[in-house]
Amino acid sequence: MDITELTLSELSAKLQSGELTSRAATEAYLARIEAKDAKINTYLTLCKDEALAAADAADVRLKAGTDITPLTGVPIALKDIFCTDGIRTTCASKILDNFIPPYDSTVAKKFKDAGAVMLGKLNMDEFAMGSSNENSAYGAVLNPWDTERVPGGSSGGSAAAVAAALCAASIGTDTGGSIRQPASLCGIVGMKPTYGRVSRYGMIAFASSLDQAGPLTRSVEDAAILLQTMAGHDPLDSTSIDAPVPDYSKTLKDGIKGLRIGIPKEYFVEGLAPEVETSIKAAVETYKGAGAEIVEVTLPHTEYAVGVYYLVATAEASSNLARFDGVKYGLRVDEGTGLLDMYKATRDKGFGAEVKRRIMLGTYSLSSGYYDAYYMKASQVRTLIRRDFDEAFKDCDIILTPTTPSAAFKKGEKTNDPLTMYLSDIFTISCNLAGIPGISIPCGITSNNLPIGLQLLAPSLEEAKLFRAAYAFEAATDWHTKKPKL
Amino acid sequence: MTKFETVIGLEIHAQLKTNSKLFCACPTVFGQKPNTQVCPICLGMPGVLPVINEKAISYGVQMALAIGCKINARSIFARKNYFYPDLPKGYQISQFDEPFSEHGEINIETKGRGKRTIGVTRVHMEDDAGKLQHGESPEDLNSSFVDLNRTGMPLIEIVSEPDMRSADEAVAYFKAMRDIILYLGICDGNMQEGSLRCDANVSIRPVGQEKLGTKAELKNMNSFKFIKDAINFEVARQTDLIESGGAVIQETRLFDPASGVTRPMRTKEEAHDYRYFPEPDLLPLLIPDEMVEKLRTELPELPQAKRDRFITDYKLPAYDAGVLTASQDLAAYYEDSVKLFDDPKTVSNWIMGELLRLLKESSKDLSDSLVTPEKLAELLALIKDGKISGKIAKEVFEEIFTSGKDASAIVKAKGISQISDAGELEAIINKIVADNQDSVERYRTGKTKLMGFFVGETMKATKGRANPGLVSKMLKEKLA
Repeated sequence: MDITELTLSELSAKLQSGELTSRAATEAYLARIEAKDAKINTYLTLCKDEALAAADAADVRLKAGTDITPLTGVPIALKDIFCTDGIRTTCASKILDNFIPPYDSTVAKKFKDAGAVMLGKLNMDEFAMGSSNENSAYGAVLNPWDTERVPGGSSGGSAAAVAAALCAASIGTDTGGSIRQPASLCGIVGMKPTYGRVSRYGMIAFASSLDQAGPLTRSVEDAAILLQTMAGHDPLDSTSIDAPVPDYSKTLKDGIKGLRIGIPKEYFVEGLAPEVETSIKAAVETYKGAGAEIVEVTLPHTEYAVGVYYLVATAEASSNLARFDGVKYGLRVDEGTGLLDMYKATRDKGFGAEVKRRIMLGTYSLSSGYYDAYYMKASQVRTLIRRDFDEAFKDCDIILTPTTPSAAFKKGEKTNDPLTMYLSDIFTISCNLAGIPGISIPCGITSNNLPIGLQLLAPSLEEAKLFRAAYAFEAATDWHTKKPKL
Repeated sequence: MTKFETVIGLEIHAQLKTNSKLFCACPTVFGQKPNTQVCPICLGMPGVLPVINEKAISYGVQMALAIGCKINARSIFARKNYFYPDLPKGYQISQFDEPFSEHGEINIETKGRGKRTIGVTRVHMEDDAGKLQHGESPEDLNSSFVDLNRTGMPLIEIVSEPDMRSADEAVAYFKAMRDIILYLGICDGNMQEGSLRCDANVSIRPVGQEKLGTKAELKNMNSFKFIKDAINFEVARQTDLIESGGAVIQETRLFDPASGVTRPMRTKEEAHDYRYFPEPDLLPLLIPDEMVEKLRTELPELPQAKRDRFITDYKLPAYDAGVLTASQDLAAYYEDSVKLFDDPKTVSNWIMGELLRLLKESSKDLSDSLVTPEKLAELLALIKDGKISGKIAKEVFEEIFTSGKDASAIVKAKGISQISDAGELEAIINKIVADNQDSVERYRTGKTKLMGFFVGETMKATKGRANPGLVSKMLKEKLA
């Protein structure tokens, strides 16, 4: 048995039955990372000693049978956007190259408290800005299905590591598709919860009103287990939702008889790769077969989503990234003679090109004289997009779309054309603007052996329904069992 | 020649007396070692988030209610973006187009314009920045240091309408606001430590002109005197400028207390574009009606109301009412004393005359004083009953102030009770009359002014203990 091929829930069961130890699982993953990660570059920081110590502590509890959760002793990894007490956290940026937080993000703390073993910190697009993971200051992440291709972004390291079995599961963040899009391109499950369902405390902010943490896993059940641990109100995050967290595993396998699945016509547009369209249509048939009712719905403001997103997200980012000024922590480049020179040199050397581009875009849209036409207008249209979903969900329980217009594209293919790159998030962005939950699950393989993803969306706080719908598809197909040969 | 009118608006910043900062749990004690009162949140470390301090909201609402503002049930925090080393987040969390309160006013007494109402545009809440210290390192005088202890302290900003017409009016307004703030107990009012500060927008315009002139914003005035000096300097500067054919430019100017002048800090062109936008890390601030009404019932009697009541209820002159209501403690002391000795004006005289003088001379607070209302009332009763003279009473008062003993005990121990026994005085007066026959003759021939001399001699002979009224009466009979 190769331990690293088990899903999280399978591994968890073996740890609890005593068939496996956490040390054995942790060592297996560390060995595989050692052997394989050089090919795809997913880990920015490997926490070998800490992981083994956590594994041994978990084994003690597993043996004693005390204080056990489904994650006790399970080796996972975090996107390097989550602050981890005493462990370097870079957000894949040179400006935080030397940053060691003196605090844990709430997400990191919850996994620590649940007894999970953290193997390390995963590569990403710098400050979560990107759709291909080519914007990391520490080198691009490559797709384990084809190392000529990108894994998607910004949680590219989190998706590739799970697909390549370099951790049992990982945690990413999703601002405009940054969990679902790489999950789709890497052939795994990626889930973005309702905005506010998971605390953002200690998660380095890109666009505060859109950012949300979520799991990347090899099965829907694994995603439900991880969200169960992550979700809930946090007194440290005023925007986290104070609502009870249902037991997701309990209703996971309840089936979808009578579930109304809406297909938005605006998502089947020019530019959608034929192979993707074919897979999605087949998926719709699968759902029909499983007892779902298919209805057509409309989301009329879809065409504005990308524009709205790049105004709102960049505006918030321009402000969120102001704190990286060389004064208090991280990089300081002391060039020139005064404060202004230091600011300029630090931010010039510290930030990559895409981050600078978005800071400039956001600064512009908030500037006096442009605010009304850009930021404010975008905020108004955002409300219309949210209403689209409210209306659509009157006619259906779940919305089904492709996750991305195409399968994984080649490295370098879109780097010179930011606009084309931005369009790869076209199907995932509206979900963040509306604040609703979404999940991407594997639904096909292209002729050149690349995974295709299917996206399901649900109304706010209906994660249980989302998991149930996703699980029904997974149970009826075997796409989730396909593995890359790295 | 054109006559100009001064137009002034003030922006007052008051640091709220909460135990913790506005968005984190750090303490708010003043004067700690640099950077010891900080945490990841107020240091603006990556990924941290603000959580609003509920107490600060209550304090802010109380202030807004005290000056008649409307409370907005829903308001929005906004980010004010600019780069400076004392601002760790790179933005201040403030309120912009949707503040929690608007449209208030207070009344002030002006010199020459009578009672005036000064409008309050808004009161909003924001967090404070830290402090820079320049060149204090022995090895490198050119270096600067950042102290972030003050970062994140809760502030309210009270913005006035441009309703003041002189430096004196601006100071009167600021003083009135300070009194209210102190009555509410929401800020310690310490201007030296910076917990209460203000900026002034100053412009001039020809008398009769509606349109406002170009304003200068004055900063760095941490005393009433500096506010007055800075505004007066600025008005003179702007007047000279316009009269000599120049024009005022919109700019921020710093007051230099040492030289008494204002100097340009930054012009409009150099002004920041703050790029305000709604703070996405905080939900809209909701202030329910029930909370507003509860806080309204908890409001203390405010300085103006108390002053008016003192004038009406105690028939005090406005001056006395003003002095006695300068603080809630003093006003309470006064009212407690009047309850025990029902002669409001006499009580006022003794507090304003003796008590405040001794407190000032000894640099003590009212709370340190040993003269309780009970002790003061006992002393005043002794005077009223003719047991001691007013003059002696002042000595007794001083002794109570230092020793805390009861007036009657002091009087007894020192044997200084007033002599109101005609029999006892008879012999003394007879002797004075006998010893001063010349003066007696002159008095009887019309030099009645000599009465003062006889009274003085009697007082001297009794070491001031003789009842002055009785002495006068007896002397008149003897000399008739």
